[in-house]
Amino acid sequence: MLELALKGSKRYYAWIGFLLVLIGIGFTAWVDQIMNGLEITGMSRDVSWGFYISQFTYLVGLAASGVMIVLPNYFHSYKTNKHMVIFGEFMAIAACIMCLGFIIVDIGQPTRMMNMIFHPTPNSILFWDMIVLNGYLFLNLLVGWTCLQADRANLPHPKWLKPFIYTSVIWAFSIHTVTAFLYQGLPGRHYWLTAILAARFLASAFCSGPAILLLVMMATEKFTTFKMPKNALKTLVKIIAYAMCVNMFFFALEIFTAFYSNIPGHMHSIVYLFAGEHGHHELVGLMWTFIGMAAIAITLLVTPKLRNNLKLLPYTLVILVIATWIDKGLGLLIGGFNPTPFDTITPYWPTGKELMVSMMIYALGALVVTVLFKIATEVKEEMGHSQELPCGCSTEDNCDCTLECGCPKDNCTCEEEAAEEAPAEA
Amino acid sequence: MKNNRRAFIKLAAVAAAGLAVAPKAMASSGGHSPVKANPKGLHAKQWAMVIDSTKLHSEEEIAKLADSCHKIHNVPELTGKKEVKWLWSDIYPHTFPEQENPHLAEEVHHRHYPLLCNHCEHPSCVRVCPTKATFKRPDGIVAMDYHRCIGCRYCMAACPYGSRSFNWGEPRKNLDLANLNPKFPTRMRGVVEKCNFCVERLAVGDMPACVEASEGAIVFGDLYDPESPVRKVLRERFTLRRKPAAGTEPCVYYVI
Repeated sequence: MLELALKGSKRYYAWIGFLLVLIGIGFTAWVDQIMNGLEITGMSRDVSWGFYISQFTYLVGLAASGVMIVLPNYFHSYKTNKHMVIFGEFMAIAACIMCLGFIIVDIGQPTRMMNMIFHPTPNSILFWDMIVLNGYLFLNLLVGWTCLQADRANLPHPKWLKPFIYTSVIWAFSIHTVTAFLYQGLPGRHYWLTAILAARFLASAFCSGPAILLLVMMATEKFTTFKMPKNALKTLVKIIAYAMCVNMFFFALEIFTAFYSNIPGHMHSIVYLFAGEHGHHELVGLMWTFIGMAAIAITLLVTPKLRNNLKLLPYTLVILVIATWIDKGLGLLIGGFNPTPFDTITPYWPTGKELMVSMMIYALGALVVTVLFKIATEVKEEMGHSQELPCGCSTEDNCDCTLECGCPKDNCTCEEEAAEEAPAEA
Repeated sequence: MKNNRRAFIKLAAVAAAGLAVAPKAMASSGGHSPVKANPKGLHAKQWAMVIDSTKLHSEEEIAKLADSCHKIHNVPELTGKKEVKWLWSDIYPHTFPEQENPHLAEEVHHRHYPLLCNHCEHPSCVRVCPTKATFKRPDGIVAMDYHRCIGCRYCMAACPYGSRSFNWGEPRKNLDLANLNPKFPTRMRGVVEKCNFCVERLAVGDMPACVEASEGAIVFGDLYDPESPVRKVLRERFTLRRKPAAGTEPCVYYVI
């Protein structure tokens, strides 16, 4: 099927070329890092992890998010989602590759990477994180590719695949739990030393991940004939809304525990992040931006009229992604390293080169997504699954798009029919 | 034909002789040779240190200890956020952040305290290391294998005492190459390093460099030997340990 990725429009090749240029530019910074060591980064003795690891942490959420489409489909037979499943799985592949990439660029001696396998150390959570990340990558490659191949051949999905699919659903939760365990088992880092961290990771993953996935799907719709079924989209937006509410609720629990108990260690990080301490206010503006944007996103998502407004939805999702990124992709890590073990504040800010290396990995992820989504949408087009109708509906919407229907584009009124067919929604 | 047979027999004889000698030759070289312990070496169940901060508390005095430690172990000289240090000094609120009180004797509050790896009985750095590059020796010393370390810096995140340094750049660029200690290796970039309680000195019967330089202000010995000098001081004087709540059981004690 890979050949499907090789022929495309000029625009497709231009995009691939653009990504390759970004990867090339970032690569020069990475070569510099390999030549000179991690001294090109802004990390320090006190803040020993930085932008790389925080991006890894954020992207694990994207990897786990596909499960929010896969799970309803396989565990609840919610078949409205079935043509979206492949995109969730392919997104997870790209996210896993980016996660592994961020770990590789973060370690000081990448040539010794295999020491993790030669000297397996089950007491280290990092060992288990390697297992779950690579395992999830493998599971999604296997399941996604096999299903798509079966679809293309017009065959039912093979039976032997079932155990792998069920395993992958549970595995998705494990990658997030284990990544949270990386942080939450450390004595002396109070911001992370909380039993609810893994739950917070999952909640934020299940809102930010599907949000990114939906944004990418919307872009895919612009450039291909693929069209998301309306009910699948609506279900996913509802999941995002619930997950974001839970995410912020969990955050509020942290605030209560820290400030009602009045234990200094638990308060320091939060005070530093939201008010600044010892004359350091680096993250205060950003953290309040996070709170503001989270409030806006929740308002837009819980109000049915605003949630169902497809014109507004992309903006809502962008706001949510920015909010969760500040919280988890920046605040969690930097806030955790402050205060330092000496109760002082050592500011951290990524350097330009660090950002360039990160850009390389993000561009690599975008390249993987582009290629995989190209293959998936081509197959869907061949099979006539989830294709856009002239009135703007998807073929899965059971929408009558004859002129008599007369429904305006993007607002097909015939969808009630589809809603009847899938009462499982909500 | 005849020549060939003769050549073959010769070769076989040489090979057989080689096989007979090989095990002995292997035994005397390479990784499997028996190691003889230095008879002068010092042994303990758990090495520990008591620092008398009433005798040793000025920045200069501690800098002297740090100097001798860093010289012996070829620790690169760097300043700023990316520095490498095995032994250094800090004030009371930074040393004992959770054991401060607002009415502490001024002198105790402003005293400087030597800081180093605590060689904990339950070290969190060992628990998190994914390659066993950080490991606990049978004598309780938390040691580093610089050749095993992949530079993930998980141990730095896990250490509640900030006792570890990472070589962000090439450490040899910041060493006085003319005055290296040839008895101790230098490090390469991309690996973590820290105080090792001078294992290499204990092995030949010497006390740790800082203990020697402290002129009696630091006592060193076996925590599980009731007769050891460490236990004697712990019996007689009141001592504090850093961050007892972390549960790591640090083996560096401070007489306040």
